[in-house]
Amino acid sequence: MGEIRAYAALAGGKWRSMLSYRASFAAEMLSNVGATVLDVTTVFVLFRATAQIGGFTLAQAILMTGLTAFGFVLADMTVGNIDDLKRYVRTGQLDTMLTRPLPVLPQLVFTDLPLRKLLRLVFGATIYGIALAANDIDWTPARVVLAAVVPVGAAFFFGAIFVLTASFAFWWVESGEIGNGFTYGGRDFTSYPITVYSNWFRDLFAYTLGFGFVSYQPALALLGRTDPLGLPAWAGYVSPLVALPAVAIATAVWRVGIRHYRSTGS
Amino acid sequence: MDRIGASVLTISPGRPFRASLTTFGALVWSGFRRYATYRQATIAGSFTNIVFGFLRCYVLLAVAAGAVGNRPAGYDVEQLATYVWVGQGLLAVTGMWGWAELADRIRTGDIASDLLRPVPPVVSYLAADLGRALHGVLTRFLGPVLVGLLFFPLVTPQRWQTVPLFVLSVLLAVVGCFGCRFLINATAYWLQDARGPQMLWTLGSGVLAGLYFPLRLLPEWLTVTLWVATPLPGLLQTPLDVLVERDPPALQAGLVALQAIWAVLLIWLATVVQRRAERKLVVQGG
Repeated sequence: MGEIRAYAALAGGKWRSMLSYRASFAAEMLSNVGATVLDVTTVFVLFRATAQIGGFTLAQAILMTGLTAFGFVLADMTVGNIDDLKRYVRTGQLDTMLTRPLPVLPQLVFTDLPLRKLLRLVFGATIYGIALAANDIDWTPARVVLAAVVPVGAAFFFGAIFVLTASFAFWWVESGEIGNGFTYGGRDFTSYPITVYSNWFRDLFAYTLGFGFVSYQPALALLGRTDPLGLPAWAGYVSPLVALPAVAIATAVWRVGIRHYRSTGS
Repeated sequence: MDRIGASVLTISPGRPFRASLTTFGALVWSGFRRYATYRQATIAGSFTNIVFGFLRCYVLLAVAAGAVGNRPAGYDVEQLATYVWVGQGLLAVTGMWGWAELADRIRTGDIASDLLRPVPPVVSYLAADLGRALHGVLTRFLGPVLVGLLFFPLVTPQRWQTVPLFVLSVLLAVVGCFGCRFLINATAYWLQDARGPQMLWTLGSGVLAGLYFPLRLLPEWLTVTLWVATPLPGLLQTPLDVLVERDPPALQAGLVALQAIWAVLLIWLATVVQRRAERKLVVQGG
């Protein structure tokens, strides 16, 4: 009970500071939703030049883009601000969090309540909804469940990637933009059918890192298409489970990292 | 004033041109050395540029595979690959994102010490930015281009004028990009906090400069409007189109001329804005 009150106090502080900079808040909210709008617009622009990308039509591709947008923003809203860990480690501010009687990860999450990303979430969900309606999906009970579970699975997966890449900072403080290659890079990867990528690059991102199971395989299952890359049809239905090992690995790495952390000494 | 020794670093019309040039060179060199110290950030940034290079290149090549004659927006496969990889390299040369130094100095009041120097702020920041860009050419530019060469077929320029035009175009892109960023940062003179304009810049500049997709994929009226009415295509798309020889020679040179007009206009605007700001500035922090 006391813990909940402590988190509420952290979130409340953030809420009050946000209310005192309303214009900033509006600008941040607009540019946030703008970023996702641009991602979706890009897909439409690319389809002006061709009827199919990687063997998929615009409606089918948008299903993957919408799924990614929805899941990614869910993750970004909850744990996305863990990106700041680099700054906390570099400046030694993480010490403050370690002295409090609360776990560090939830503290990092609750000190920022990114309501500015709310509009973006609505937009992502809308695109996903429209894409579900625009495709001729043969709705079975299994597909209904899958359609509901997939964004949550994607959110957990991206959340794990956020935590994992942020944990780099425990060992390499100046890791800088490397994490972006996997978080935002992963998002871009899953926004398109993975048939567009080739060889080792696809194997690395889709199967080794698991990004292929975030939107591509589930979308195939929803659409009832066989995988041109050869995975069986049931792969799509179980693919949200890829979030489980991802979360387990992220948690383990985070724990090791926190223990490895030595303050700046200042 | 005339008794200032030749050793005082200054840039002003009243001093010998030679001295101004030496000062400018020293500032460029200092910008170069500053970025040369961020070695780990250079490696991390290059890695990320390369990952995005693969992502963008594969998607555009897939678009080409389905497009009429395999030439979306008039680019063939090699031109597209070159566009992506050289673009990823140029991103850090023009330094489109993440520069908030001037806005921070205005907010904290540190700008006061810049105003005391015998070099106008627009000139000193431009010099430091050219140094940063030079460092970018020697480090951040090479990684993505080498990886691109290794994994994809890239174009070799056919016309003799392409390489010199490309070099000029990159220089103009750096100057133009600096002008834009200076103006965005300078809004802090009036707003105290330039975060809002910064965010809109980060959001709009990438897509409108042609980073996410070549702007020629848009309807033609829109492309032409963007090119003529905004400086943004000149920050990335123009040097890339020049390098891959997307247009006949006359238009190729014309695009660079348009870029030059924008660069001059932006630097002039930055100077005007800076002068206006100095007249109303109240230094923060007392």
